[in-house]
Amino acid sequence: MQLAYYPGCTLKTKARNLEEPAVASLEALGLELEEMDRWNCCGAVYSLADDDLIHQVAPVRNLIRAKERGKDRLVVLCSFCFNALKRANLLMSGDAAKRDTLNTFMDEEPDYSGEVRVLHLLELLRDEIGWEALKKKVKLPLRGLKLAPYYGCTLLRPREVAIDDVENPTILQDFLAALGAIPVDFPESTRCCGSYQVVSDPGDIPGYARDILNPAVRRGAGGLVLTCPLCDYDLGKGQEELVKNEESGGVPLFYFTQLLALALGLDPAVCHFELNYGDPEALLREKGLLSPEGTPQKTGGKA
Amino acid sequence: MPVTISSARTAGGFVKKIKELSGENLHLCYQCGTCSGGCPAASHMDLSPRQIIHLARLGLDEDIADCRTVWVCASCLACTVACPRGFDLSRLMEAIRQLSLRQRADHVRPEDIPMKERGELPQIAMVSGLRKFSG
Repeated sequence: MQLAYYPGCTLKTKARNLEEPAVASLEALGLELEEMDRWNCCGAVYSLADDDLIHQVAPVRNLIRAKERGKDRLVVLCSFCFNALKRANLLMSGDAAKRDTLNTFMDEEPDYSGEVRVLHLLELLRDEIGWEALKKKVKLPLRGLKLAPYYGCTLLRPREVAIDDVENPTILQDFLAALGAIPVDFPESTRCCGSYQVVSDPGDIPGYARDILNPAVRRGAGGLVLTCPLCDYDLGKGQEELVKNEESGGVPLFYFTQLLALALGLDPAVCHFELNYGDPEALLREKGLLSPEGTPQKTGGKA
Repeated sequence: MPVTISSARTAGGFVKKIKELSGENLHLCYQCGTCSGGCPAASHMDLSPRQIIHLARLGLDEDIADCRTVWVCASCLACTVACPRGFDLSRLMEAIRQLSLRQRADHVRPEDIPMKERGELPQIAMVSGLRKFSG
């Protein structure tokens, strides 16, 4: 099965530790992702102003590229891109007046009316493979790893793009359980990390991180499992400040795709743990999930 | 704080503009405060999310003009999915920000971001931040 894949800007640079283990894992699972040969920025955020259609052009162009290639599904890994693309797609399928305006404006492009389905990788794992089948593919069960799934905002809100129940999502817990890890439920798993406030008010970010990290740790989590590169940055940088100020002990932050690759028995080098915050390799070694010769951890987080 | 209400204000240009930009019916809100109660950024705000709706629909734009609240909102949509009246507050916050940004009053300019942070921030942070905070 070939699926169109939209990576987005951040996954090619800062978040290679999200993308590369995902691509390798899907290959191991027999799902072939075909990266779009032409893609552009998705716009990162969906335009909320009713008259602002120009910012819908970028995400819609990506959807048209997928349709041109004869794909009916577009798989997205980055939570921000997923949200922007899926909302733009809903606009094109559900709002005839705006669709017509956009199609007329993009007169060099074929008309588009939301034919491509935008899917997040977690939906693909749940709906195409299934947790039971995934469990059978696990070669290195992540035994003893107690991790708190952190969803953030953009996979669940607004309601019409949610990949799971808005108030009580379980998709990441189910995923972790299939890999043999112990999911730690905590009430702040869908609370905002501060998002792009890190651009305007970086001083507020440690406070957002504290309100998410500390409740997870209090419930016994040895680390957090993330899906979004901006959550990773805000929680990672926020945590560094909290550790400095002795407001938090510091826990490893994982991307869910790294845990998938590890559990499928792939070479840990594909996980790029050197790009993670909070030294995940130390925890993995402690639990016997990584050999002492595993890729060395570089200090100081991301470049 | 004392609030003076007048029909000239509630039917005035500011209310018309934010209705048009947000596409929302401001009268849906019955001030239950669920938005403020669930907002993860409320402690960083001066006016609560509930107060923003109330002041906006009364046309009291000068009370909102210099507030920190609309710039602290990260459109996380916790309020949107929780609202018992189906009011999308994120669109009202956007409308108020847009009114300011369209007057060329940028909240953040690229040159204000320190060079070190420019290199470290993920692209989605730079793109989304500058789209939300500059015109």
